[in-house]
Parts: sequence; C-alpha cells; structure tokens
Amino acid sequence: MEHVTQHSDPHYDQEASKLGMWLFIFTELLLFGGLFIVYSIYRFLNPEAFQLAGNELNPVIGTINTIILLVSSMTIAMATSSLQKKNKGLTILLLEITIMLALVFLINKYFEWGVKFDHGIWPGSQHLINDMSKGEILFFGLYFVMTGLHALHIIIGMIIIIVALKRVQKGTVHADRPSLLENAGLYWHLVDLIWIFLFPLFYLIH
Amino acid sequence: MEKEKHHIVPYKVYIYILVALIALTFGSIGIVHLNLGGYSVLGALVFSTVKSIIVLAIFMHLKFDQPFLRIMVGFVALVFSAVIFITFLDYYFR
Repeated sequence: MEHVTQHSDPHYDQEASKLGMWLFIFTELLLFGGLFIVYSIYRFLNPEAFQLAGNELNPVIGTINTIILLVSSMTIAMATSSLQKKNKGLTILLLEITIMLALVFLINKYFEWGVKFDHGIWPGSQHLINDMSKGEILFFGLYFVMTGLHALHIIIGMIIIIVALKRVQKGTVHADRPSLLENAGLYWHLVDLIWIFLFPLFYLIH
Repeated sequence: MEKEKHHIVPYKVYIYILVALIALTFGSIGIVHLNLGGYSVLGALVFSTVKSIIVLAIFMHLKFDQPFLRIMVGFVALVFSAVIFITFLDYYFR
C-alpha cells in the first residue's frame, strides 16, 4: 500500500500479540533454565554442603510465599475472565488484589533476606568466605541470584499489572482488546511457574 | 483468520485449580519429609512438574488456545529437558 491514511481501526491482532508474549517467555526460560542447570550440577557435585546450607532457609516462609503467588495467579486469571464478561469493577478489584499479594510476597522476601543478612550471610560476606565450604558458598550464591532475579521479575510484573490496571480504568483495555491484560497475566503466571521450581529446590532440602 | 468467540473460563474452575495447586504444594512438602533419600528431590520435582502443567494448561490458557501454541511450548519443554539430560550424562560418566 502506497498511500497510508489515518485509520480509525488500527491493526490489532490478538493471536499475534499472544504469540509474541510466548516467544518472550521462551527467552525467559533460557535465562532461568540456565541457572537451574547450574544449580543442578553444583548440587550433584556438592550434595552434603547443599543440604547443610539449605537447612538455613525457612520452609514456612517459602510455603507462605508459594501460596501467595498461587492465589495471585488465580486472581489475575479471574481478572481476564471478568474483563471478557465486561465486568470492569470486578476486573479492577481483582487486579488490585493481585498487586497487593505481589507486595506481600516482596515484604516476606525482605524479611527473609534480612534474617540472612543478620546471620552474616550475603554474597561475598566474611562469614561466608571464612567459615563455609565451597559448596555452601555456591548454594547461597545461587540462592541470592535466583530468588533475587525472581524478585526482580515480581517487581516488573507489578509494574506491568499496574499499567494494565490503569488501561482498564481508562477503558483502552476492554473485552474486545484484552491483549495487554492477557499478556500481563501470562507474565505473572511465568513468575509463578519459576517459583514453583525454586521452592522445592531451595526450601525443601531435607 | 476468522474471529472466534473467546473461551471464557468460569471463576469456579480457577478456584478448583487453586485448591489443587495448594494441595500439590503440601504434597511436595510431605514427600520430602518421608525421607526417601535421593528420591525426595525427584519426588518434589514431579509434584512441581504436575503443578506447572496445570498452570500452563488452565491459568495460561493453553488448553483453550490454538494447538500451535501447545505444540511450541511442548517442543521448547522437550528441548530444555534434553539439554538437562545431556548435561547430566556428561557429568555422570566423567
């Protein structure tokens, strides 16, 4: 087409938008998948040290955060349903609940990391370098990098959900144009999926 | 492409799924406390895999989406498991 005129109905392809989001999710798998492989190999090579270091983590906080993320995944999934049912008020409420749950997850993480810092455990700390074996240093290094990277994804997810929430309020995301909310949901479920594997690997070492 | 009516998942389904996912979480905690030695990691990971399949199928709508998305996700999962498998083959037989 040579002559481009202003169009009242700009190109909008829900399927393509979803496909693009999935392709992005695959790149996230490369990021976290690589780390999971590093974790598996080091655990395979240092089983006792990983067990010893794993006992330092609090499985109760891990379990609570797992449930928080699962519930938040449900609320954002419900938000997409309610958007399709043209129930704007409920969609907004469900998104607000999702954001609050994400915040609670981060607060738990803050206290969890705080306890580690109080025990003198952080990447490169004297306690870690002087008193711990190579395997334990590896465990805590992976723990901080992987849960930290995951927490970063929680923060990014929150920002995306807040943008989606604003757009729903403004009315530019609605039942016929749900892509932004759907993709925000896909991203949020990805964050949940990663945690589903982080939880047993770090908190359930017995 | 013809405009298909979008599948709307009822709220009730999501609640059932959440209950199942929380039950599986406690299942994975339970299996680790059974002290199965080296198999407890494996057991916990089986629970995680089941949970992630449920999340992918229902929360992420793969069950209701077009088949090519399922095929793509399945293929990527397969490639990823192959990479893990081959990496372990390498370390195990060193």
